[in-house]
Amino acid sequence: MRRSPMALGIVLFAGLLAVGTGYSAVNAAVSPKSSTQHSAEEVALGKKLFLANCASCHGKNAEGTENAPSLIGVGEASVDFQVSTGRMPGAASGPQLQVKPVQFTEEQISALAAYVGSLGDGPAVPDKAYLQPNGDINNGGELFRINCAMCHNAAGAGGALTQGKYAPNLMGSSGKTIYEAMLTGPQNMPVFNDENITPKEKNDIITYLSYLQKNKSVGGDELGNLGPVVEGLLAWLGLLGLIVAITVWLGAKSN
Amino acid sequence: MSEESKDLAKVADSRYSEHEYEAGLRVIHEDAVADPGLEPHRVRMTDKSEKHEKNAVRQVTALFVLSMLGSAFALFAYFAFPIELGNMGSVRLNTLFLGLGITLGLLGIGIGAVHWAKTLMPDNEVSEERHLTRGSDEKRAAAIEIINLANQESGFSRRKLIRRTLYGALAFFPLPGLIIFGDLGPNVNEKLRHTAWKKGTRLARDPNGRAIKASDVTVGSVFHVIPEGLMPEDEGYLEAKAKAAVLLVRVDPSELIETEERASWSYQGIVAYSKICTHVGCPVALYEQHTHHLLCPCHQSTFDLVDGCKVVFGPATRPLPQLPITVDSEGYLIAQSDFHEPVGPSFWDRSVK
Amino acid sequence: MSNASATPQKNGFLAGTANYVDERVGVAGILKEFGRKIFPDHWSFMLGEVALYSFLVLLLSGTFLTFFFDPSMAETVYQGAYAPLKGAHMSVAYSSSLDISFEVRGGLLMRQVHHWSALLFVAAAGLHMLRVFFTGAFRKPRELNWVVGFVLFVLGMAAGFTGYSLPDDLLSGNGLRIIDGMMKGIPYIGTSVSAGLFGGEFPGTNIVGRLYSLHIMLVPALILVFLALHLFMLVIHKHTHYSGPGKKDTNVVGYPLMPVYVAKAGGFFFIVFGVIMLIATFFTINPIWNYGGYDPSPVSAGTQPDWYIGWLDGALRLAPTGIEFMVGDYTVSTNILLPLVVSLVFLAAVAIYPFIENWVTGDKREHHVLDRPRNAPTRTAIGAAGVTFYAVLWAGASTDLIATNFKMSLNQVLVSMQISLIVLPFVAFYVTKRLCLSLQRKDREVAIHGRESGRIVRLPHGEYIEVHEPLDPHDLYKLVDFKDYKPTLARPNAQGKITFGSRVRASLSKFYFEDRISPATQTEIDEAAHHNHEIEAEVKKAIEASN
Repeated sequence: MRRSPMALGIVLFAGLLAVGTGYSAVNAAVSPKSSTQHSAEEVALGKKLFLANCASCHGKNAEGTENAPSLIGVGEASVDFQVSTGRMPGAASGPQLQVKPVQFTEEQISALAAYVGSLGDGPAVPDKAYLQPNGDINNGGELFRINCAMCHNAAGAGGALTQGKYAPNLMGSSGKTIYEAMLTGPQNMPVFNDENITPKEKNDIITYLSYLQKNKSVGGDELGNLGPVVEGLLAWLGLLGLIVAITVWLGAKSN
Repeated sequence: MSEESKDLAKVADSRYSEHEYEAGLRVIHEDAVADPGLEPHRVRMTDKSEKHEKNAVRQVTALFVLSMLGSAFALFAYFAFPIELGNMGSVRLNTLFLGLGITLGLLGIGIGAVHWAKTLMPDNEVSEERHLTRGSDEKRAAAIEIINLANQESGFSRRKLIRRTLYGALAFFPLPGLIIFGDLGPNVNEKLRHTAWKKGTRLARDPNGRAIKASDVTVGSVFHVIPEGLMPEDEGYLEAKAKAAVLLVRVDPSELIETEERASWSYQGIVAYSKICTHVGCPVALYEQHTHHLLCPCHQSTFDLVDGCKVVFGPATRPLPQLPITVDSEGYLIAQSDFHEPVGPSFWDRSVK
Repeated sequence: MSNASATPQKNGFLAGTANYVDERVGVAGILKEFGRKIFPDHWSFMLGEVALYSFLVLLLSGTFLTFFFDPSMAETVYQGAYAPLKGAHMSVAYSSSLDISFEVRGGLLMRQVHHWSALLFVAAAGLHMLRVFFTGAFRKPRELNWVVGFVLFVLGMAAGFTGYSLPDDLLSGNGLRIIDGMMKGIPYIGTSVSAGLFGGEFPGTNIVGRLYSLHIMLVPALILVFLALHLFMLVIHKHTHYSGPGKKDTNVVGYPLMPVYVAKAGGFFFIVFGVIMLIATFFTINPIWNYGGYDPSPVSAGTQPDWYIGWLDGALRLAPTGIEFMVGDYTVSTNILLPLVVSLVFLAAVAIYPFIENWVTGDKREHHVLDRPRNAPTRTAIGAAGVTFYAVLWAGASTDLIATNFKMSLNQVLVSMQISLIVLPFVAFYVTKRLCLSLQRKDREVAIHGRESGRIVRLPHGEYIEVHEPLDPHDLYKLVDFKDYKPTLARPNAQGKITFGSRVRASLSKFYFEDRISPATQTEIDEAAHHNHEIEAEVKKAIEASN
């Protein structure tokens, strides 16, 4: 049987296609890019917003000043995290940025993220697929306890760092916020890049946290999930206090 | 003791006058206010008025009935609110209603009984005389006589040899009872000096055991590390992990302060330190990216990662042991050897070679 | 051989039973002796009962738990009802604890009853000890009972610690890790002690089983033995009572055991049990499912022991940095030994306090009338200092929670506590002593001059006075009936030598009794009353004159 002259081309093309899609599939698993592409208008809007709200501390070209670090290369995910949780625009005082009321709309945040993202390569806003609570909850719990619980507490109630810094309570955080925090390592939180905790594993952690957020303890009031200290306080003030009040009644003469 | 510091006080009470006790430094005032005697009894409403008494009876009865209802409800709840395996809501309902029922059942009896005593039982205060705790002189004399008799008949004081050898036997017999606890645990001194890390062991992620490449570790990252090949199903998994757990961090190489000896222990700003606190052994797991401090959550010992993990705050003294690392031919991070010192909390002879 | 057949038919059964039992056990004598025993009635006397009853609740709920808990540390993979842990590796002990919580009806309730009751047991025992201390109830003949009570308190801590370590969860497992580290720090024998306890290297597979034996067998047995001693001595000594009219060291005033105390104290058991059940129904305690099974790698922020071990954890945290040192090649873990020694010294001081006070006062008489705390200012101040010391150590265990919740720096909180530990007890001592002396002075004022009535009268020569009402004799007696001590000087003994002991005793007596307020005497009251009469006469004259 004679080979068609196009056979080689077809084989080559198929091979390239296979390798190409295979490679981007693997790469996508390693660092998912957001499917949204940003229009020039969005980037321009972002730049306007940036100059008005951020440049005074971060510099006109986001190169950083003595008050704030450079934002070149921090990626859209960083901007999305900081601005949509209200941490940014930042108030200067204190050892750590506080969560404040969010100052921008979703479109504005997206525009800011697009602008800063355009200044240099950095982590992208995660694919929605990884933000749903449909992962391996057991794996998520185990990863959470090993990587996160030491700062955020085993039930996500938050914890202390040195010199007035702290790891916040996670019970009100969305999947996107959690993902972006892990990915970008805001402030003193370490970076958990996608090689360390893969997107699927991040999804597992989000699944686990989602469960904690939705399912309150079956034993009754959780007492903030702060552990034996609060339990001890309640035992003294509530339990023993109530009983002592009853003993006063018991020992008092009837009218 | 001289007269001044010895204030003898006799009480005009027959029970005490047999024995004069020293009052020590007590000051006895001759013109102390006299005791007016017990306060007069105050009549309660339930003693005066039949209506109040009937009310009280009704209240006590109601409380006991409430108790019965509560206990019955608890029995009902046990079956009416069963646990559906996996359904957390059912666990809560079962706990809640069983608990409520039992609470009512108990409090009803308790409050009812106390209310009964307070309102309906006589509340006249009564005075009862005390006796001295010590036995009377006659009793003491009798006791001493018995002891003397026992001593005489047994010859305990007299027979020195018997007595002394008895003491010896009693002193020795418990000792085997103590020594049999000798196999409680094998000596671990040698084991404490070595971990599962060996030359060439790959650093792997905790808990899934995937090996880590140097390129995976970006600046500001922290990886929780165990030796590759350590699996939860292995015997001695937790014991090995309790010594081999490691923190892997990458910092800007220019920030690293390294001694000459240890310059080869890091790889392009990537450093590995034992995660086991040198205070009392908790995992030192909190890493602050910008201050590059490691904080132990148990007692707040703080270690400076870029300066050999020396202690900058808290009750620990010794820096965390460093694991010397490098990369293999495929780019995976590997240990160059075991730690150069025992990891974890200090022990007496840890520095003895 | 007589029997109850002579009694009327309708009492037949009860009388018959009573007769049957009496003929075999002799209950009639017991009833005669104890049936109308008098117990004083004051709420502060019930704190020991709270501890006793919560111990009973512990026995009941604990027995239930033993039927479901498995102390084995064998590895298993969880396939139970709690979804987030399905497929997780854990010990059988942890798995059985999860089963109790999520699969056994009433299991979680009993676990929570048991744990809340444990917290209450030690808290009530502690508060009871404080009451006994501040009222001087530990004086003769109760010094030994104080020591027995002290042992009970320590046993309570031991029971609690062994208990909460049983589920083998991450939180309590880290507590065991800390114990292991502390033991290793003991010079020379440290590693052997640690290996002995854990059966080899930490964590090993023996510890939960061994703690289980201690927790359900040895410690409760010891508690029961010491409890029996404690209650036996209470019966022999009879209960103390507060000072007041008609109350002396030679009598006890209160209500008879039957029926009032049977009803009140018996009812109180149900109340204590009921309140524990109430709290256990509505408040989660020790949510082990959040922590996961013990693994030496993860750890939770806010890792603290149960409250009664808190002071020991705080002692570890407050130790200064870098005090471990080397002697040649040997490591002396002072950072562990210092907290250990401080804790032991504190406990020893608590245990021997009655004997110290006994020696200083030299008062060899029996004391059955309690002191109001203000009337023993130095003792109360020492107690306040001790409580402050304990409280700072206790607070030291929660430095990280204080920092997060009150938005403070962890490091600053710790340093402030280190300073407070040394400074605050002295401040507490001084302030408390001054407070007590002021209150005593006020009592004296009121005793001598009577209560301020609020009526202001202007005398003819222009002076304003407030008329005081003299006290009812019963109220007056309450204010003046307390024991008064004075300091002594060092005296030479029979050989004419002033011993060191005598000198120490003299200076301690000065420390105790130099600042003292004596009770108001009848003479002083009479004088004041006479003066009062004069004023009253003047007032009367003035009123009549104005009419």
